[in-house]
Amino acid sequence: MLPEPVIFEHSRPGRRAPSHAPAAMADLAGLPAAALRRSPPPLPEVSELQVVRHYTRLSQLNFSIDTHFYPLGSCTMKYNPRAANRLAMLPGFLGRHPLGPEEHGQGFLACLYELQEMLKGVTGMTGVSLTPMAGAQGEYAGVAMIRAWHEARGDTARRVIIVPDAAHGTNPATATMCGYEVREIPTDARGDVDLEALRAAVGPDTAGIMLTNPSTLGVFERRIGELAAIVHGAGGLLYYDGANLNAILGRALPATMGFDVVHINLHKTFSTPHGGGGPGAGVVAANARLEPHLPVPIVGLRDGRYAWLTRQERPASIGRLSAFMGNAGILLRAYVYMRMLGAEGMRRVSGHATLNANYLMVRLRGAGFDLAFPQRRASHEFIVTLKGIARETGVTAMDFAKALLDRGFHAPTTYFPLLVPECLLIEPTETESREELDRFIDALVDIRDLARRNAAEVKEAPRTMPVRRLDDVRAAREPDLTWQGRPHPAAR
Amino acid sequence: MPFIPHTEEDVAGMLAVIGAGSIDELFDEIPASLAIAGLPAMGAGLSEAQITRLMLDRAAADGRPLCFIGAGAYDHYIPAAVWELATRGEFYSAYTPYQAEASQGTLQLIYEFQSMMAGLTGLDVANASMYDGATAFAEACLMAVRANRKSRSRRVLTTRALSPVFRAVACGMLAGQGIELVELPLAAGRTDTGALAGLSGGDFAALAIQQPGFLGTLEAVDELTDWAHAQGMLVIGVCNPLLLALLEAPGSWGSAGADIACGEGQPLGIPLSSGGPYFGYLTCRQALVRQMPGRIVGRTLDVDGRPGFTLTLQAREQHIRRSRATSNICTNQGLMVTAATIFMSLLGAEGLRRVAAQCHANTRSLVQALTALPGVSLAFGPYCHEAVLRFDRPVAPLLAGLSAAGILGGHDLSADYPELGHALLVCATETRSADDIQAYARTLASLLAHRA
Repeated sequence: MLPEPVIFEHSRPGRRAPSHAPAAMADLAGLPAAALRRSPPPLPEVSELQVVRHYTRLSQLNFSIDTHFYPLGSCTMKYNPRAANRLAMLPGFLGRHPLGPEEHGQGFLACLYELQEMLKGVTGMTGVSLTPMAGAQGEYAGVAMIRAWHEARGDTARRVIIVPDAAHGTNPATATMCGYEVREIPTDARGDVDLEALRAAVGPDTAGIMLTNPSTLGVFERRIGELAAIVHGAGGLLYYDGANLNAILGRALPATMGFDVVHINLHKTFSTPHGGGGPGAGVVAANARLEPHLPVPIVGLRDGRYAWLTRQERPASIGRLSAFMGNAGILLRAYVYMRMLGAEGMRRVSGHATLNANYLMVRLRGAGFDLAFPQRRASHEFIVTLKGIARETGVTAMDFAKALLDRGFHAPTTYFPLLVPECLLIEPTETESREELDRFIDALVDIRDLARRNAAEVKEAPRTMPVRRLDDVRAAREPDLTWQGRPHPAAR
Repeated sequence: MPFIPHTEEDVAGMLAVIGAGSIDELFDEIPASLAIAGLPAMGAGLSEAQITRLMLDRAAADGRPLCFIGAGAYDHYIPAAVWELATRGEFYSAYTPYQAEASQGTLQLIYEFQSMMAGLTGLDVANASMYDGATAFAEACLMAVRANRKSRSRRVLTTRALSPVFRAVACGMLAGQGIELVELPLAAGRTDTGALAGLSGGDFAALAIQQPGFLGTLEAVDELTDWAHAQGMLVIGVCNPLLLALLEAPGSWGSAGADIACGEGQPLGIPLSSGGPYFGYLTCRQALVRQMPGRIVGRTLDVDGRPGFTLTLQAREQHIRRSRATSNICTNQGLMVTAATIFMSLLGAEGLRRVAAQCHANTRSLVQALTALPGVSLAFGPYCHEAVLRFDRPVAPLLAGLSAAGILGGHDLSADYPELGHALLVCATETRSADDIQAYARTLASLLAHRA
């Protein structure tokens, strides 16, 4: 694939795609001259075909689920059904103004109301708010609700949120955004939370704990009941990070595990597109204790009509998290997907995701790869550690990742969780076939064998991508973040 | 079963490799007391044809009313190429470009987006997007408090011309970190510069100015910017990016320009879609870039010296810095940025300028047509592409009457701005025709006559 110039390089003064704007400039007589822009913004001047060709070519430089196996652990890169996209983009939905009256939104609101009900079902919670726009904002909502609950009881001494060391970085960052101190607790050798450390960490300053189950280590926290009792016993609450809900869909409920509030990444479990980095949806669900604090708006049903519930009806709410009501179009996509799955389909999601993960794990172990937790069952994902191979050959997890690209596979998540050295976090999802998994295993074995024969060749990867390995140090030391009208000064 | 490729033979063969007797056995680490048999309340799955029928009926039920509401979300024309391209599977089903070599399309596109947003706002650098305009504003405030070395204040000064929902969202997000928003009053729909006299700089980290203000009026941005800088505050410009093709860029306000700009990206090719997904943009001066939240893409070289693009300055972010990150943001609004970048490329500066100018002209026509009716007057000006109308009676019944006739007449201001009396915020974008405006005026005239 040849490199594609930056769009600005296609620009020529006076070139336009004129059918997309009014034919003439309207009268500006009503605007004071002092408010007007003195020089036009430096946007490209290009034709419609140039735009279409440029962005088509850029798209072709990407790996995506539609083109490649994408086993990015903790991201649940499953097939995004075309129907969900088409139906969320029906003109009646796309054209609806967010401040339009409810009578012009009953169809849209019906979908959201039913989505709320379905999400209560899959979590076991009593209330749902759809407004958070990504997982991290769902986390923020959950922790803010915990804070609101403590404050409503006048218990202001609880300053600490407990986070396991295996947690996603958004967990501690979220706790800080909500004004909490973060206390990390370790993981034991089997991949479970160290309950002794937890007992020592909780106390009258504990606001709550943020936990993912199955954890980011790809294993189910077996002593979750005991863990919940420890936190609740100290007066804290439990927040469930739904990043790995795909692993337990229809098998267990966060509510019965003892969690008080949960966020769900609809872009993971419910297959809305990842879009090159969003938009996601990080809906929150809560039990009766925290339900009054859910963010607004929420869709209510009154006398057979759907209506927005706002702060007026829900005065204990933590308030609004978005200008309107969150990523509505993403919610519609999740609704379509969930209705297509139905009860049986949902349970099959977790079943086949877990089948694929355990099959990959067992076969890789058989092929001589080291597992981070060999004595454990995989959830929907698992961790391979390449520490041994790296010591033996010098070939690292990063080298494996790049060599996989040359073999037509997106790399798994690398170097996360931080506590497993040289790790690959592999999540195949339920939508991949056995043949695809077999090809992936063959590729990993092939890279490992090559590492032993010729480590330098692996370190040269990738060779078939539009670019070879990029200089991240130069990128950070000499930030080049916007087009300044010239090619890179040091480019060959 | 939808989307699962396994045959019975596949499942049996894979279970044999694992050494398990059934799929259910793979869940044997879940304590029996927690295991459930399924989710019967979900009902039976629907075929694609069945769900299509249901969604077509529901979308049709919502109708296609004629929209004269703006108030932060605008009904602009979106060229066909925008979403044809943005929903290509290679953009739609990719994720955050962690593997740069396999994500050059998304990365280069974000670099182009950053360049366009920096250009529109007249500032140096942009990030890869925030969730929406409201959260972008909240993050801009947090960033200003961190970045202002001259002030230790944990207060940000803003004005009553700021969008009420931006204010509500930001108040919540700032409260957790003990940061407070303080509001300057309005006089005749614009920030009252007379109220500045009592304030001094040490008390605030930044001044946030929305241009045009939520009520559609144009603010004295030069005077406000210079005053705030003289007090040692940073200046945050909150701007509709489409209108920036017409209005002075925040980077050129006053003698030194604003330091940070942010706003709602929806006008740049994003459908109204009941409020989302949209995207927020955030740009700033080079000196503040390390306080910026979110993803940033940089151009660099590969080992052969060829240019390429990568995520950079990641030491600001949650996956590296954890509890000390600039923000918890991870996933942002990538697909919306894809659409906006294509939209800006197709329109160009001249196209955006013409669209913005037509919105202004159409809103003027609307104001003229409606204020010709008895009991309706223009509240104040000068306005850009939205205006406040005052009525001699409550607005809500009139809006209900218009809605019954298939017209969304505007945004009732009585809840957020009770001091304005019976006030309505109206907007006619470039997509509203002269006939549309006449239809609105005719219907309103008859409502006013009936209920006089």
